[in-house]
Amino acid sequence: MDFNEDQITRYSRHILLPEVGGKGQKKLAQASVFLIGAGGLGSPAGLYLAAAGVGRIGIIDSDVVDLSNLQRQVLHHTPDVGRPKVRSAEEKIQVLNPDVQVEYYQERLTAQNALELIKQYDVIIDGVDNFPTKFLINDACYFADTPLIHGGILRFEGRVFSIKPKQSACYRCIFKQPPPPGLVANCQEAGIIGAVAGIIGTIQATEALKLILGIGQPLTDRILDFDARKTTFREIKIKRNPNCALCGLHPEITELFEHEQEICQLPPSGTVAVS
Amino acid sequence: MTITINGKPEVLEGSTVLEVLKLKDIDPQMVAVELNTQIIERDQLATTSIKEGDQVEFLFYMGGGS
Repeated sequence: MDFNEDQITRYSRHILLPEVGGKGQKKLAQASVFLIGAGGLGSPAGLYLAAAGVGRIGIIDSDVVDLSNLQRQVLHHTPDVGRPKVRSAEEKIQVLNPDVQVEYYQERLTAQNALELIKQYDVIIDGVDNFPTKFLINDACYFADTPLIHGGILRFEGRVFSIKPKQSACYRCIFKQPPPPGLVANCQEAGIIGAVAGIIGTIQATEALKLILGIGQPLTDRILDFDARKTTFREIKIKRNPNCALCGLHPEITELFEHEQEICQLPPSGTVAVS
Repeated sequence: MTITINGKPEVLEGSTVLEVLKLKDIDPQMVAVELNTQIIERDQLATTSIKEGDQVEFLFYMGGGS
């Protein structure tokens, strides 16, 4: 494929980079990324990947836009309240960069559809807000042998790391299973600084671009934890766990399944719900 | 005994990983524990000993995203 004049101008700041150049930009145009969740993490990740000229972007999310999402989910604007997130996301991406082919699925990721969907993309971005789906994504990426950029956010903190299945530590190598229900704030009760979602989602986009371009050192076998209160990043070295139930020496997980979804407690009256 | 917990040196008197968790008032179900870059299985926390200079990481769950 060849770029036209407008495209060369659009991507000129990429093409100027010796590590990217015209060749790298073509790699991006031929690549595909799947955003699981079009919320706090999926929004910045999707916008930057689209702006970067990733050729095909898939988006899965079953939700509609809620007014309380707009504090951080920058793909969605005030007139989008009540609309399906995937439609809102598709529109914004298309307006930002018409070169991008957008595929959207207004449904939940399940053990039934995960593998088939994930197999259609080069890199997966985890932007979901619950543990059972995070484990499902991790497992599906392992079976599909597709690289995954994991992300998590809570209050003032965020976490990001990349997984190259069968080569680097996976989510289950570290966290065997979801925490017992009710023990860890993860749904609507905890709150999040919106800009922290922007920081983590943008790192996820950067790591996806690096994987596609094959440049630099991927964020594999290390967890990057961000704390906005102190403005510090901490890197924790990790490695594959031989006892991992998924990718260890004696795997117990041989097919996809879903951990039970935690039932979110309704926040007590007077508090503000954040999902 | 000085050990490094989440990047910070701390003086503590526990002899096993579980004792350190208890001293720090952390529920073992809420964290993944790494000792010198090795993940310690939850049922081994009580039998894994800690020594001077060890590096311990308590990785709390972080599940948000949307």
